[in-house]
Amino acid sequence: MAKKLMKGCEAIGEAAIRAGCKLFFGYPITPQNEIPEYMSHRLPQVGGAFVQAESELAASNMIYGAAACGERVFTSSSSPGISLMQEAMSYIAASELPVVVVNIMRSGPGLGGILPTQSDYAQATKGGGHGDYRVLSLAPWSVQEAADLVADAFDLADFYRTPVYVLGDGLIGQMMEPVEFPEDRKPLRPLPPKTWATTGWRGDRPRAVVNSLFLDPIKCEQQNAKLQARYAQMRAEEVRSAYYGDEGDLDVLVVAYGTVARVTLTAMEDMKATGLKVGMLRPITVWPFPRDALAEAAERAKAILVAELSCGQMLEDVWLSTASMRPVHFLGHQGGVLLAPEEVSAAIRDVAAGRSAEVRYAG
Amino acid sequence: MPASGCDAKAVFGLPEALDARVTHYCPGCTHGVIHRLVAEVLDELGLRKSAVGMAPVGCAVLAYDYFACDMVQCSHGRAPAVATGIKRGRPDLTVFTYQGDGDLASIGMAEIIHAANRGEKITVVFVNNAIYGMTAGQMAPTTLPRQVTTTTPDGRDPDLCGHPIRVAELVSALRTPAFVARGAVHVPGEIVRTKDLLRRAFRHQSEKTCFSLIEILSTCPTNWGLPPDEALRWVQQNMVPYYPLGVFKEPGGIDRAPKPL
Repeated sequence: MAKKLMKGCEAIGEAAIRAGCKLFFGYPITPQNEIPEYMSHRLPQVGGAFVQAESELAASNMIYGAAACGERVFTSSSSPGISLMQEAMSYIAASELPVVVVNIMRSGPGLGGILPTQSDYAQATKGGGHGDYRVLSLAPWSVQEAADLVADAFDLADFYRTPVYVLGDGLIGQMMEPVEFPEDRKPLRPLPPKTWATTGWRGDRPRAVVNSLFLDPIKCEQQNAKLQARYAQMRAEEVRSAYYGDEGDLDVLVVAYGTVARVTLTAMEDMKATGLKVGMLRPITVWPFPRDALAEAAERAKAILVAELSCGQMLEDVWLSTASMRPVHFLGHQGGVLLAPEEVSAAIRDVAAGRSAEVRYAG
Repeated sequence: MPASGCDAKAVFGLPEALDARVTHYCPGCTHGVIHRLVAEVLDELGLRKSAVGMAPVGCAVLAYDYFACDMVQCSHGRAPAVATGIKRGRPDLTVFTYQGDGDLASIGMAEIIHAANRGEKITVVFVNNAIYGMTAGQMAPTTLPRQVTTTTPDGRDPDLCGHPIRVAELVSALRTPAFVARGAVHVPGEIVRTKDLLRRAFRHQSEKTCFSLIEILSTCPTNWGLPPDEALRWVQQNMVPYYPLGVFKEPGGIDRAPKPL
């Protein structure tokens, strides 16, 4: 298929349909309204169903139901709406159901604003709702990668029976870029049959009960252990990151994801003439976090600069992954204020020249 | 074959749609009767193999242990949304929710109203016993005026807590076609009538006609502080006058809802 110019939100919707998703349940919120709008006209064309739910609470429980009966399903929202969905996310994770959730992040806390941020990082990487669970979180840096990761997200969700987040910011959702959908895409790996799905009990398999209630503490602990084993497998097999820049010793290693990594790459190109040795590690899975790749790159660097559109949420994972082996510096904006390439290159130069203060974990 | 060789046949037994379990419900609670009615109707209409039930949060949270069909346990109040997800994904399945008054009429009010208003082709079994049972006797949206609960120690004061919500009437007020009725299970005659209402509700689903909701008045001897037989009389004396029994809305038939202009 030829490349097509598409808005991020629409490319996400099209990618879901091409992944065999025939169901979408969602509630309007800026800046992701183009996803439900796109699904509302495309799904009927492919024999699917679109429901505009009465709330994000309801939408997230509708995907719980659709996933329970074995159907591929997704929803999308933006930060305040994703907060409302956390109850269902906890149930979905606990009940081992595959769903895909797209979060086109906007600023917060509270109602915040509608401009891009990355301030839902902690929610997306540490669980988000109640109880001990994690969700696999993929962070695209372009419209093309958003489309590709949505396709992967459905496979990963089905394989691990877990919610998978695609964590984009308002820029990913709203900008237009050329995008191509592969015609012959194969699943990431063979997917197991959904023998657990509530498709009606005819006696040819055990009765399907989708449930997260375990009143016996031993059984509840066993269920937790089962989930943790799956998270361990994700940590071993699903970590994704990309490295850009010098391969040898570095003056500065930048850690950035999503659109901030795009800005950083431009900054790195702009400052080639300075002779500074700069590299960037871009987490593609923000959970599981690319801890080993980061530690390896940090070995070669004199200092680390974390750049993100939050007050320093990924910063904590960088500290934990590098265990204070190198000084860590921080550059961030909040509230929808974006980072410009000039600002990133200035910060890199400051770190290299010793003009920037190291930031330490403050609890 | 009976050993005697006589031509006896079983006239009563456990419905296929119910598993043989020791009940966890309190003595005198009528949840068991309502479970049985739902199971009998699923059997009689041949719907058991296509049935998927939604268990609520509340006393009936363990409904998945009793109904011999596929089941989904839902978060508090969200069963109609979960049922929507299943029915839209698999319209061939027979999808029902089983919810109490706290679940459906308090925390889940938005989900039930909007599922009904969308006309989801699901069947809602709404068990109204005028109290929170599992959490040990707090006020429900359906608790009667002056009824004593653990959070209304001097009785429900409508000036402070509002009046009890009549769910069947509320849902009937929606313009979307539906089958909405209220039954009770405190006397044999009403048990028979309620079973008929459930049968009609599931038939509306299998014929893809409309959304259906059957509100059923039920007992809670434990939290009402009454012996089982007195609890049955309490339904008749206190609940039935406030919650009238009957069909409130039927596609192409009875519609007690206000007419649109």
